[in-house]
Amino acid sequence: MNWFERLLGKQEKSGTTAKQRLQMVLIHDRADVSPGLLEQIKDDIIEVIAKRLEINPDTVVVNLDNTSQESRLVAEIPLLQPNGRRRATVQ
Amino acid sequence: MSGKVITITSGKGGVGKTTITANIASALAMLGKKVVAIDADIGLRNLDVVMGLENRIVYDLVDVIEGRCRLRQAMIKDKRQPDLYLIPAAQTRDKMAVSPSDMILVCDELRQEMDYIIIDSPAGIERGFRNAIAPSDEVLIVTNPEVSAVRDADRIIGLLESEEKGPGRLILNRLKPDMVARGDMLSIDDVLDILAVELIGVIPEDESILISSNRGTPVAMSGANGSSASQAFRNVAQRLQGETVPFIDLTAKSGLLNRLNNWFSKS
Repeated sequence: MNWFERLLGKQEKSGTTAKQRLQMVLIHDRADVSPGLLEQIKDDIIEVIAKRLEINPDTVVVNLDNTSQESRLVAEIPLLQPNGRRRATVQ
Repeated sequence: MSGKVITITSGKGGVGKTTITANIASALAMLGKKVVAIDADIGLRNLDVVMGLENRIVYDLVDVIEGRCRLRQAMIKDKRQPDLYLIPAAQTRDKMAVSPSDMILVCDELRQEMDYIIIDSPAGIERGFRNAIAPSDEVLIVTNPEVSAVRDADRIIGLLESEEKGPGRLILNRLKPDMVARGDMLSIDDVLDILAVELIGVIPEDESILISSNRGTPVAMSGANGSSASQAFRNVAQRLQGETVPFIDLTAKSGLLNRLNNWFSKS
């Protein structure tokens, strides 16, 4: 859907929605990782990282990513910098 | 002679496995091949009615396995084709009456005289499915252009890989070209993109399939004048034989009204 269609409030075609929903559900099916398990893993990661580094738990994102035949777990953990000069991300 | 065992499966129920089994078996028989179709859905016998052979059943698959009859006695000959047979499922038993090794034994015997043994798998991923794929040389996965059916097909493809029965080839059943054109149905490319598996057939939604099933004559056999579904099944049979057959252009059939409609919905 392009910006113009969005502007008009036009609904996405149901075939496109179907494909996107399938892709999402299959990422979890194929890896045998439920969205709930992903949340638990995220909490565990936050706990481990927070012991050593300053992070904001709300900004941590843990996702499954499917590329052709392999699935990978991708965690994005923005680091808090007290002086606000530099920003870094552990990935 | 050593026949080839082909299993038709899907995971999800109601996607058209039995109809497809009956039609592929018929289409192969029409090419002059010796074909036997086996209904592996023990307890929910259906292939017999789709093939129109329900009144001639004396023995079934479980009778063969438990030694109450010889294999030949359970093979119902379809009189409309020179070499087409059906081995029906037992209706009053359950899946546990058959084991994967039973199926391998039965099929090994059938391979001696038949060119093709086509197995109609039950829905699900339990014992019945295991029975159906145990003897197979090739698996055809049936799906519909729907989220639930494609999801289950993906699961089946994964299971086939782990059982070393993969990769299997895909039959996309009940495609409605006009809905795809409107953007309201998953397209062939969408499904292939998601499942990453080779396509062996696309069967359009076609009333002639149900009409033929009502009469107990698979549409591939009745030839239902110019039916695209009938042609699609015959194409699958040829591809199974190793021939390269182009896929029917299902979009070409849309009428002027449809095209106008598409044009307006696109703009």
